[in-house]
Amino acid sequence: MLTILFDGVAYGMLLFLLACGLAVTLGLMNFVNLAHGVFAMGGGYVTALLMNRAGIPFLATLPFAFVVPALVGVVVERLLYRRLYGASPLDQVLLTIGLVLMAIPAFDYFLTDQPQQIHLPPFLQGRFELPGLTIGAYRLFLVVVCGIIAATLQVFLVGTRFGAQLRAAVDDRRVAAGLGIDVGRLFAVAFAIGSGLAGLGGALAADVVGGVDPNFPVKFLVSFLIVVAIGGSRGIAGAFFGALLLGVLDVAGKYYVPSIGAFVIYAVMVATLLIRPQGLFAKSGT
Amino acid sequence: MSAREAAEAARVARHLLRRRRWRPLEIAAWAATLALILLVPSRALLINEILILGLFALSLDLALGYAGLVSLGHAAFLGLGAYTAGIMASRGLADPTLGLVVASLVAGLAGLVTAPLVLRGTDLTRLMVTLGVSLMLGELANRNSWLTGGADGLDFTIGPVLGQFPIDFAGRRAAALYSFAVVFALFALARRVTRSSFGQSVQAIRQNRLRAGALGVPANRRLVAMYGLAAAYAGAAGALLAQTTQIVSLDIFDFHRSADVLLTLIIGGPGYLYGGLIGAAIFVGLRDALAGATPEYWEFWIGLMLVGLVTVGRERIEAALKRFARRLRPAPRREAAP
Amino acid sequence: MTSNRRISILAAAAALVAGPALADDVVTVGLIVPMTGQQATTGKQEQAGANLYIQLHGDTVAGKKIVLEVKDDAGAPDVTKRLAQDLIANDNAKALMGFGLTPLALAVAPVATEAKVPEIVTAAATAMITEKSPYIVRTSFTLPQAAAPMAQWCLKNAIHKVVTLVADYGPGNDAEKWFGDVFEKGGGQIVEKIRTPLKAPDFAPFLQRVKDDAPEALFVFLPSGQGAAFMKEFAERGLDKSGVRLIATGDVTDDDQLADMGDAALGVVTTHHYSAAHDSPENKAFVAAFEKANAGMRPNFMAVAAYDGMALLYQALDKTKGATDGDALIAAMKGMSWTSPRGPVSIDPDTRDIVQNIYVRKVEKVDGALYNVEFDAIPAVKDPYKAAKQ
Repeated sequence: MLTILFDGVAYGMLLFLLACGLAVTLGLMNFVNLAHGVFAMGGGYVTALLMNRAGIPFLATLPFAFVVPALVGVVVERLLYRRLYGASPLDQVLLTIGLVLMAIPAFDYFLTDQPQQIHLPPFLQGRFELPGLTIGAYRLFLVVVCGIIAATLQVFLVGTRFGAQLRAAVDDRRVAAGLGIDVGRLFAVAFAIGSGLAGLGGALAADVVGGVDPNFPVKFLVSFLIVVAIGGSRGIAGAFFGALLLGVLDVAGKYYVPSIGAFVIYAVMVATLLIRPQGLFAKSGT
Repeated sequence: MSAREAAEAARVARHLLRRRRWRPLEIAAWAATLALILLVPSRALLINEILILGLFALSLDLALGYAGLVSLGHAAFLGLGAYTAGIMASRGLADPTLGLVVASLVAGLAGLVTAPLVLRGTDLTRLMVTLGVSLMLGELANRNSWLTGGADGLDFTIGPVLGQFPIDFAGRRAAALYSFAVVFALFALARRVTRSSFGQSVQAIRQNRLRAGALGVPANRRLVAMYGLAAAYAGAAGALLAQTTQIVSLDIFDFHRSADVLLTLIIGGPGYLYGGLIGAAIFVGLRDALAGATPEYWEFWIGLMLVGLVTVGRERIEAALKRFARRLRPAPRREAAP
Repeated sequence: MTSNRRISILAAAAALVAGPALADDVVTVGLIVPMTGQQATTGKQEQAGANLYIQLHGDTVAGKKIVLEVKDDAGAPDVTKRLAQDLIANDNAKALMGFGLTPLALAVAPVATEAKVPEIVTAAATAMITEKSPYIVRTSFTLPQAAAPMAQWCLKNAIHKVVTLVADYGPGNDAEKWFGDVFEKGGGQIVEKIRTPLKAPDFAPFLQRVKDDAPEALFVFLPSGQGAAFMKEFAERGLDKSGVRLIATGDVTDDDQLADMGDAALGVVTTHHYSAAHDSPENKAFVAAFEKANAGMRPNFMAVAAYDGMALLYQALDKTKGATDGDALIAAMKGMSWTSPRGPVSIDPDTRDIVQNIYVRKVEKVDGALYNVEFDAIPAVKDPYKAAKQ
């Protein structure tokens, strides 16, 4: 039972890492970025290719898995997203789905459509057997890394000046701009960080979800959206707890009632949104 | 009512009556589609697919373009309609018209029941709730394979339309004609409804709910009614899909069905009823042409076109199209102000 | 009129007369498979397999030129049906091949019956498909065909306590039922029957249950594509070291993915109808030619099925001396037998389903790469589902 709880927490942490970028984009820029999964997939491929083709050790590839999607994010933001900040959500949906439709065959064409596997270094394999609780080494690694990142993000948002500016821009963009905050640059940086985190999440998730393949953005889009919807799209704290809740419920649901399976998370999401439409952990009011 | 109010009401009624008149371009377009089905039978099935997707997009237009309720799970109603028609046919009730009517009613009922869920919260909430409901229905269909055939799908034979026209390989045109008749009838009905005072009030609610409420319009009731109608239309589209292909399977609840119909409507433009049909023609036509040329990578080109469409400016294209359409309209008569 | 002009007019007239006759000598074959979406890997292998046969054997048979039209149905049965109907009506297709999932094959069945066009199923594996039309012939396999021998192998090797884990859909249910029935009839005990969701599953909670059940073996069926994720999780849970043997149908150790699965897959015993490591001259030639034509991609059972589908069509056309009438082709296909890269195969004249050897294989390293190495074979296995009905 404790093992399942631990597994659920690990899965939830991973979901958080993947989805927090989306929470930032949605909450900060009110931009419906359905192409978020593409950045996650990109990070996964960076790690897989560096490891499998260039022989670089797993941990060393992780910084690249963050940086490359972040840079791509900056380019995409400058070229495309920037034009649509004020546009209707429908246009944003159209654009981002278009990007996903382009990305999947493009990755398939240049790479292969078979999932790329990531082989973990030996010290991350294996498990620790305690009475009543089995802790997988990699899952422990995930919990630690994601926890550190989450804590860092929170400190960053709350404790630094940049973070304060970001929060101000979220609350009221016009007033923040009026105060002389360079909102455009803020958005670019926030988007880059969000995409980079997604990429890192994709690299870390690759082992757990059976490899990186071009269909990744579509397969997990629903999970990301659920995290953001449950957690509320205002800040990352909501996404964090939302992701944990989702992870635990999903894993526990499948263990205890395997016949119901995926039904659980959908039902929980719908129920949550009925009771608190703005998400469980958001500040009340839109 | 004072004389002034009565005159105002009469003016509004006359205005609505004028808007309800069919424009020559509209009549020409429908006639051309019918002619295409009759004269080019090799494309009849493609047109059938366009009509069904067009009806599905039309139903989303009612919910999104008119009632202002976004949905990422409209396939829930498509699937409900399709499975209802399919289950009925596989249990011996194989008359298409009966199946169509029952399927629309079932879907419409589901729409009325789920409407309160959709009225709460923000757009994001709506997107997620509707998505969640459609995924849940998909899971339910998978679980109850005794009823739905599960992942193997439910295959059945459908009776002839109106007892006369069988829908099978030899009767491919019959499928397209059947869909055409249903879609045209439903379109005409929707056209009538949206240009009635009910339809106008719903649009007013979409534009400014507070103000509409202040004017005494029962906002929630009207929105629920429109959403129910939209769901019924989607159910009809699902029934057509099931009946003209004689198989239903779980993929009908898939996310990509809801995403495709949303894209279709956005391409054509929501809010004027033809957007769904035009979008469907473009989307299905493009997809077929591209998939024929490159079966593996056609999605890339569609994605590129979508990105291009958005960057160039959907609204600008729509405005240009509307300017063109207006030029073919008879000049409106000027009414003396009361 | 100059003589040149006269000649060109005559030539044009000859072409006009010969034109329709030439069209008669073309046989269009439609290959309808998912090339995009979740099943895209199936489409890729199938297309490669079919094209390879044409490349190796030429595109002419019995005086007819074979034209292969590949169409993507993205896994949606309504699209499959439309493509099938358009291929027959507009492109005059004389045979249809492919069908990556059961509903896709079922959707086309009434069309095949009405238009009298052979429907050669080269992918879908649910047993009842061939019953849906007298024009359906299958060259892939059925899940009962692969699952039942696995149960017999277990009983022969003193494995009596098993947990089954299958993906929750048609073929999965077939595998669970047929393994279970044969196993329990032989005295075995199924401790638990687990079903995993078909889409993007996370195996962790399910494998935790298996660990808690502590059986002697875990029998698995998963669609090809999920094998790698499953293996990883199996190893990460420590199940490979805990004495639970992993047995499965060969879809889990799909040749397409096997090379990448890592050492966690070593020692897994599976039953299936094709291994890229099958030791026969036909297969060695097949694999070499396939890898050469497809940038090193290893063929899997989907590719072989499509390859054999074309082989079946070619042989049928030979037998009918080029007649493309559906009834004649089906009659020719019934009872046809030949040597495929997978081994000897034949088409059962009563059920129109494929009869083939089922091999028991173990995953081993060959020349540094993972392969399914065959160590036992059950010859000429008929589909048990239909055999039980007779």
